[in-house]
Amino acid sequence: MPAIGQSMPRAASRRMVAGGGRYLDDHAARGEWHVAFLRSPFPHARFTLDTAPARALPGVEAVLLAADLAAVCRPWQTTSASFPGLVSPAQTPLADGRATWQGEPVAMILAASRAIAEDAAEAIAADWTELPAITSPEAALAPGAPLVHPGLADNRAWGQEWRRGEPEAAFAEAALVVEERLVFTRHTGVALEPRGAVAEWDGGTLMLRLSHQMPHQMRLHLAEQLDLAVNRVRVICGDVGGGFGLKMHVYQDEMAVAAACRLLSRPLRWVADRMESLMADIHAREHVVQARMAVDAQGMITAMEIDDLQGLGAVSIYPRSSTVEAMSLLRVVGAPYRFAHALGRTTCVLQNKVPTGQYRGVGAPIGCAVTERLVEKAARARGEDSWQFRTRNLLRADEMPRISAFGAALHGLHHHTAMDQAAALIDLPALRAEIAAGRAAGRVLGLGVAVTVEFTASGPAIYGPAGVGVAATDTVVVTLEPTGELSAQASISEIGQGITQGLAQVLADAVGVPASAVQVGAGDTASSPHGGGAWASRGAAIGGEAAWGAGRLLRTQLLEGAAALLQAAPDSLDIRDGAITDAAGVPRMTLAALARTMLFRGHEMPQGVTPGLSATYQYRREADPTLANNGVHAALVEIDPLTGLVRVLRYWMVGDCGRVLNPLLVDGQYRGGVATGIGEALLEACRYDQETGQFMSGTLADYLLPMAPDIPDITLGHVETPYPGSVLGAKGAGESGTCGAPAAVLNAVNDALAAASGGAVTEMPIHPMAVLRALGAMA
Amino acid sequence: MTPARFAYLRPDTLGEALAVLAREGEGATPLAGGQSLMPMMAMRMARPALLLDLNRVAGLDGIAVVEGALHIGAMARHATVLAHPLVAAHAPLLPLALREVAHPAIRNRGTLGGSLCLADPAAELPACMLALDATLVLANRAGERGVAAVDFFQGLYATARRADELLVRVEIPLSPGWSPWFAETARRHGDYALAGLAMMCRREAGRITALRIAFLGVEAAPRRLPEVEAAILDSADAAALLPRLLSPLHAEEAPAAWRLHLAQVLLRRAMIGEGRHAAA
Ligand SMILES: Cc1cc2nc3c(=O)[nH]c(=O)nc-3n(C[C@H](O)[C@H](O)[C@H](O)COP(=O)(O)OP(=O)(O)OC[C@H]3O[C@@H](n4cnc5c(N)ncnc54)[C@H](O)[C@@H]3O)c2cc1C
Repeated sequence: MPAIGQSMPRAASRRMVAGGGRYLDDHAARGEWHVAFLRSPFPHARFTLDTAPARALPGVEAVLLAADLAAVCRPWQTTSASFPGLVSPAQTPLADGRATWQGEPVAMILAASRAIAEDAAEAIAADWTELPAITSPEAALAPGAPLVHPGLADNRAWGQEWRRGEPEAAFAEAALVVEERLVFTRHTGVALEPRGAVAEWDGGTLMLRLSHQMPHQMRLHLAEQLDLAVNRVRVICGDVGGGFGLKMHVYQDEMAVAAACRLLSRPLRWVADRMESLMADIHAREHVVQARMAVDAQGMITAMEIDDLQGLGAVSIYPRSSTVEAMSLLRVVGAPYRFAHALGRTTCVLQNKVPTGQYRGVGAPIGCAVTERLVEKAARARGEDSWQFRTRNLLRADEMPRISAFGAALHGLHHHTAMDQAAALIDLPALRAEIAAGRAAGRVLGLGVAVTVEFTASGPAIYGPAGVGVAATDTVVVTLEPTGELSAQASISEIGQGITQGLAQVLADAVGVPASAVQVGAGDTASSPHGGGAWASRGAAIGGEAAWGAGRLLRTQLLEGAAALLQAAPDSLDIRDGAITDAAGVPRMTLAALARTMLFRGHEMPQGVTPGLSATYQYRREADPTLANNGVHAALVEIDPLTGLVRVLRYWMVGDCGRVLNPLLVDGQYRGGVATGIGEALLEACRYDQETGQFMSGTLADYLLPMAPDIPDITLGHVETPYPGSVLGAKGAGESGTCGAPAAVLNAVNDALAAASGGAVTEMPIHPMAVLRALGAMA
Repeated sequence: MTPARFAYLRPDTLGEALAVLAREGEGATPLAGGQSLMPMMAMRMARPALLLDLNRVAGLDGIAVVEGALHIGAMARHATVLAHPLVAAHAPLLPLALREVAHPAIRNRGTLGGSLCLADPAAELPACMLALDATLVLANRAGERGVAAVDFFQGLYATARRADELLVRVEIPLSPGWSPWFAETARRHGDYALAGLAMMCRREAGRITALRIAFLGVEAAPRRLPEVEAAILDSADAAALLPRLLSPLHAEEAPAAWRLHLAQVLLRRAMIGEGRHAAA
């Protein structure tokens, strides 16, 4: 039985669940000093620091400032050919005299313990002069607004206009135009394991342990900034307790640890605490969107227009640029539907807030929410069931491949199949009857639907032309051990999503061994090959192909060796269940025996035959810049009309991520993604004081994550449309849940409100007070 | 998030503990379950010079009926109180409220005394003490004094406890014929309440003839609201009085206007719960 497609538990699960995970903080370096940062308590301030009182504390080894690290670390600045004219100032590990966001590191203390380092951070005599701070994106654009950085012309960082067809004419001719302004409050990803860095300097080599998604990318950045030969830098990402996009970027604090280690040749350890994580990890998805949709008399969408204002934070994050989120948002607008005319305006502004970055789903959850809210509004305005409105407007499978009006490449999407499956899974008639009965009994119930298109597994065409050093190809190296097992190293990284299990199953089938005999490692640049790591849901779609390619190469080599030994033609042999067999499957020799011969008894091998026990395969997808996938989400919510609280009672998701390598892994990703999206819709918000700009969500008592009781049962369905351009045909799955859930919940709440009062909410997360206002129950 | 430096003492007897407090005064901070104090220390919002660990002090966690009152020791854990038969029999308001306090792991460590001495405005137990008309018994080296719950809670995290005193127990008068009502609203189960209401009332021939109510999460500290109680006894719309009487707390996620709204909702629900007004 093939391993691909089987629900196999992750090999690492048992160890993780039993507390055997070895995360960044579990690795101590002999003689290490502990690091704490003094961070700016203000969103924008000039400062001078007197470090003498801190240095005088027993146990304090050094206090470093911007100038100290400047001696060993070059500044970095985000530029991208995708974002011509991008305004994003250079960054250094520590702010120099002026902090531009609350939480920006300004001084670094090295001490015998973290507690002493924190004592010292308090002891630094800091003289802060508060400067006017910009937090709201709209205020950033106001004429005469204070500048986020001195010397800027204004706070605008980047913008673009997108136009296809004749949108103005389409809107002028429309039978119906629906419009909405939607506000999305910042949120952040919360990984169980915080970021951190453990650095060692060993005779000219920097070894840096990070909790990061892309070890090779970081290795290159470190070499560049610290002026080291790249083969003098080793980055190790061991067990990583969650990434979600937080751990893709170059952070000042992590770079500071590396620079200080280089400067002082001492082992250093810094692990963010939860308060640092919430204030200094990237935030994401702060947008004010004005959008409209034109519909003709037949109920066909003809055009969409969107005006998106994005708050980037103090800089556009390095190296990918925070503006990627706005691009990703625009690409998703209207993507499931058929229309020809599009107008898009994107404006990205700087703010005195922590930088934003690519977080699970990037701009797609917003693009989907905007689209699906307008779809609901249009259907409602037509007095029509929105399911019907969708079915009519969704692109049929035979209308693809095509480029959407907002420029996205669509291929192989089966919306109608997914809709049918979702309708069956939900049992739509029964659910509608249940809702009607509940409403008749006074309950405030609503059903919300969202159709998603998501662009996963980005290929080289995304960052390559942008001139950004992000690898979109991935590599697997696989070796037959002398005992018959396979050991592999992947450039895809394991961040808890379980991809190494998926790759093990692919390798097992590619070579012909049981999955339990395959061990896949990742994350250490000293052993894993070059490649992209974990981003854009690429593990199965790109890493899977690399694993397949490596496995097939190795299989060919092994058959060549076996054929020579057995005096048979290679194509008369097969490898099954760890043994060389004849074509009929009769075992001829075990792989262990073959490997031993090849390795230890080379003298027995026929002349000229040295096929090798290792194979390397680098996979590069040449066609299709991204792999589009699709899904249908539905949420049933209940509103407590007295308190405004919303509960998601049930949730359904049908996804098509192409070939499913391991249903357990995909289901886990779908469910986790939906939980992320429900949190985004109802709870999670990075709040700032409107007057002072102070960050108000600095603990997990203030930043509300969904907890187990807040997440309902999630019923999943799968449509499997393999991507035809690859061997395995997998597409991305890790962010799909997040892309659709905010839209489904928003629509469900508005469905309930429409029935109860005719009101609506337009701000995410949906605050109970907004619900009460929409119900007319509160002023 | 590591605590500032502190000294640590873990006495075995109440006498030793009180002696330390007499000597150190405000410099010493008692440690009960640590579920509030330890995070505050980790954030350096609390910086005790000396941490006085009460967890080995004998005799502070008893639960018993003594002379017409239910006594609960300050070190009784939330989980113990929640499940105790004497509490179920004589102060059934407490299990109703404790179900809403945090999560099981926190309730295994957190104590009644810790919650009352912390006096978090959103905590359930302080409001319950008012509704139960409890007396809080404080001890110092000189002896004990009882403070009525209405006098104990004095503002945001402020109580009548003096620096040399420990809370040793609460005394809840037995109140046959009284019944409890408790409800609260929180964004997520187990969170501190945005608004909550603890109520005890006595009915005679279907009429409420006496009651005590206290809100939690709404104002800086729980207090009795005599005008509201009187309005309820008069069958008037008591909730309509709240905008004038309450000064709700404000936070970014939980603005004052919402808390006030929730307080009104809860009071109306309590009345429905008691079979009085049919108003929503
Ligand atoms: C995630 C989380 C959620 C929570 N949710 C809730 C909730 O919903 N509702 C709620 O009410 N609480 C909640 N809590 C707090 C919890 O109930 C605490 O246990 C309680 O508030 C304090 O009790 P403690 O025994 O842990 O006290 P500690 O944290 O040890 O002490 C608290 C304070 O009381 C003082 N103190 C303690 N005992 C005495 C004494 N005998 N005499 C004098 N002073 C004393 C201490 O010096 C300290 O100042 C939550 C806690 C957490 C971590």
